[in-house]
Amino acid sequence: MREYEMVAGLETHVELATKTKIFCGCTTAFGGAPNTHCCPICIGLPGVLPKLNRQVVRYGILAGLATNCKINPVSKMDRKNYVYPDLPKAYQVSQYDKPLCLGGWITLDSGKKIRLTRIHIEEDAGKLVHERGDTFVDYNRGGVPLIEVVTEPDFRSVEEVREYVEKLQLLMKYIGVSDCKMQEGSLRCDVNISVRPKGSETFGTRTEIKNMNSFTFMSKALEYEFERQVDLLESGEAVIQETRRYNDTTGETESMRSKEDAHDYRYFKEPDLVTIATGEEEIETLRAQLPELPDRKKARYLEMGINEGDAAALIRSRRAAAFFDEAAEGLNAPKTAAAFIVGQMFSRYSTEEQREEWAVAISPAQLHALCELVESGKCNRNLAKATLEKMLDTGKDAKSFLSEGDLAGVGSEQLAQVCKTVIAQNAGAVQNYLGGKETALKALVGAVMRETRGRADAEKASGMLIDMLKKEC
Amino acid sequence: MSSIIGTLGALLREKKVSCKELTKAYLDGIDRDNGVLNAYVRVTGEQALKTAAEVDRKIAAGEALSPLEGIPMTLKDNISTRGIETTCCSKILQGYTPIYDATVWQMLQKQNAVLLGKTNMDEFAMGSSCETSCYGGAANPFDTGHVAGGSSGGGASAVGGNLAAYALGSDTGGSIRQPASFCGLVGLKPTYGAVSRFGLIAYASSLDQIGPICKSVEDAAVVFDAISGQDPMDSTSVGHKDPVSPQLAQKPEQLAIGVVKEYFKGVDPQVEAAIQNAIRTYEKLGAKVVPLSMPAISYALPVYYILACAEASSNLGRYDGIRYGYHADHYNGIHEMICKTRSEGFGPEVQRRILLGSYVLSAGYYDAYYKKAQNLRGAVKKGFDETFAQCDVILAPTVPMTAFPKGFAGQDQVQTYQTDICTVPVNIAGLPALSIPCGYDQKGLPVGMQLIANRFEETKLLQTAYLFEREMAGEIYRKEEWGCRTYA
Ligand SMILES: [Zn+2]
Repeated sequence: MREYEMVAGLETHVELATKTKIFCGCTTAFGGAPNTHCCPICIGLPGVLPKLNRQVVRYGILAGLATNCKINPVSKMDRKNYVYPDLPKAYQVSQYDKPLCLGGWITLDSGKKIRLTRIHIEEDAGKLVHERGDTFVDYNRGGVPLIEVVTEPDFRSVEEVREYVEKLQLLMKYIGVSDCKMQEGSLRCDVNISVRPKGSETFGTRTEIKNMNSFTFMSKALEYEFERQVDLLESGEAVIQETRRYNDTTGETESMRSKEDAHDYRYFKEPDLVTIATGEEEIETLRAQLPELPDRKKARYLEMGINEGDAAALIRSRRAAAFFDEAAEGLNAPKTAAAFIVGQMFSRYSTEEQREEWAVAISPAQLHALCELVESGKCNRNLAKATLEKMLDTGKDAKSFLSEGDLAGVGSEQLAQVCKTVIAQNAGAVQNYLGGKETALKALVGAVMRETRGRADAEKASGMLIDMLKKEC
Repeated sequence: MSSIIGTLGALLREKKVSCKELTKAYLDGIDRDNGVLNAYVRVTGEQALKTAAEVDRKIAAGEALSPLEGIPMTLKDNISTRGIETTCCSKILQGYTPIYDATVWQMLQKQNAVLLGKTNMDEFAMGSSCETSCYGGAANPFDTGHVAGGSSGGGASAVGGNLAAYALGSDTGGSIRQPASFCGLVGLKPTYGAVSRFGLIAYASSLDQIGPICKSVEDAAVVFDAISGQDPMDSTSVGHKDPVSPQLAQKPEQLAIGVVKEYFKGVDPQVEAAIQNAIRTYEKLGAKVVPLSMPAISYALPVYYILACAEASSNLGRYDGIRYGYHADHYNGIHEMICKTRSEGFGPEVQRRILLGSYVLSAGYYDAYYKKAQNLRGAVKKGFDETFAQCDVILAPTVPMTAFPKGFAGQDQVQTYQTDICTVPVNIAGLPALSIPCGYDQKGLPVGMQLIANRFEETKLLQTAYLFEREMAGEIYRKEEWGCRTYA
């Protein structure tokens, strides 16, 4: 069997976090009793007109700026006509040939750039609800603003798709334009996928898989679809261009409609809205509002000496990262603070929502103070860890859990004294160490810690012991 | 002819008649004559009398009345009125009662306008005779064997037949001016954007505009002042700078009237004679008449039908029987439900235009039709720009003929579409225009003259019309008493 590679492109719908809908004053809040977040405009009663929520344009521009797009100075809204009961006007107001943003990219960790074709703004549709053997329509979601982020067919593996979506999600959260909650449908993906023999330059026939709103489903759907297309080609059959959906019960993709049945959306300019002009000034004002974006933040953390794992974990929560930045300010070794946050605090706040919310009992200044105690050697790491737990339980300062004795720590002279005593009293271990048994050092350090009732800095003790033992031989 | 609105307002203020008496007189007239005219499809007597009582209270309390306060009027059946069924005279909207008011109706309600009812129209404003209405056509008050015109035929029939002091209609390709012309009235189609479209049930959004049908230029100016204005609910609305009424009697200085020869192609000789008469009148009044040519006019009709139908095919997609209006009785599945509802609910003319509009927007045909029409729309606009560089106001026939006999429009659709030739260019370019009576044909049917001005030049437009109206009052309006007869 030949080797095949995947060629995929993504269309991601991201629900924007505006307070009100794109064309009316109704709330965008998720949930609510059916058809309670509605008005004549968003249910498309005869005679109503849309009124564009400018915040949607601003959020769209922010999304474009965060993904290196050019902002179109003049864009326009178009009508995409199709009939479905969840679309009360029988057209969706979207952008066709003059989208808000053009031509950006998102860089994967490998350094590969996934090119963005465009980002446009549009309205969401309502939802069909199947209940009691009947079908009902809930228009609460109708008119909620979306951006659609369209990529070039740049993906070659499921992992790339996954990394891209995670990065996009994180970016959108960072710039505050969306909460990107996949389980509430505020981030959904359509994937165009084809396969071709490795090394080939031409594209195969693609299928489109619609409306995937979880990472697990998306991975499974892409893996399944990849295998399906490879099997077809290997058995000499052709891939049919069509739209498919993923069935999470069977774990398979299934045909929705063929190319022949594809909608003719009869796009034309929405005559009820004027064109959208975005001035240089507005764009620059928005650019100035952009926070430090995740990639740049991570690079900065690596420069600060934080290890790759901690840096990657920190940037995933904008609030935790901000907490870290404040706590680390002025520390000699910021990695101490990072380790406390990632190693200890993240295990308390383990869910994404908790890290998002970041409702922690202590202030960055309190963590800073604890780190200083560690740096100055007044408090060793084990003691600091236990102290941090108590601080997180109560919100109190580190000092309220450390006795005078604890804080006195073990000074260098005292430590040297203890080390000498330990060397003198543990001849066996010293012999072993000098004989090349490195592990013997551990026994000596342990003895130092026992002598100091755990107050000594183990690392420092270890260094001192090595120095002294060198002189011995 | 004097202003009916002014006359009735004076009677109310001087307490010569109460608003209740006035309203009742109109309601009695409707009772008596609507059977013949079929101008109203819904009469709102109870609400009218309630408003009248409020006006009478204000008069008794010595409070000042605004110009339209207490004046009985009517709205076309495509203008949304909260709590009053609004159907666009289509079977598909039977039983639909809006839960909100159109902006124009909100504005008029603040003035205590007395709404007598909703008037007849071609289904979804698609037609030139009012005969595509699911309620049957409205008759012409001058000769009930003829149509009142369309699509705002009911409003023209009502005002012409003295069943309302004025009416609001809508004009997408001539739907205010053509019936005004047929019924010997003044009909004003404002600049696109001067009057809010919020609540006007759309036919073709980039062309639709609400305007008044009145008995005089003075009335048209008063109503225009009351309904124009920038509306935050309508992104395409701009409003109008100053009220026209206070400036109406000013004579436009060094008035240059453009006579564009393309407007006279295929015009009935009797209509042309009346128009030439009007041109001479303006010359006599000191205006300079400038003969002009505007070849782009020839694109107007195909451009209009392509763009209007394209937008209509999208605007009317929402009538699927799910949320309101007509719903088919028997069907199998949702697809068939929508198909049956629309096939049974829309009349043949509406279906024809939806099909035509869907076709011109389809992949593969878009460039040949819709896109080309958009480009030619630009050419028509440019043609007007060049023309207005050489004159202030264009004078043309409103319709190439006088009112059609009943049944004429249904015989040959293409021929009927062609009668819109003089009115559609204005909608394509978004200009203000009005129709004003300027004579009669040998059958005694009125001839309308059309005046067209540049965008947002309603003041100059109405001043020019007023000049003519004052000059011709004795002659053209000698049949004023016509409207008062009964039709039994
Ligand atoms: Zn709403």
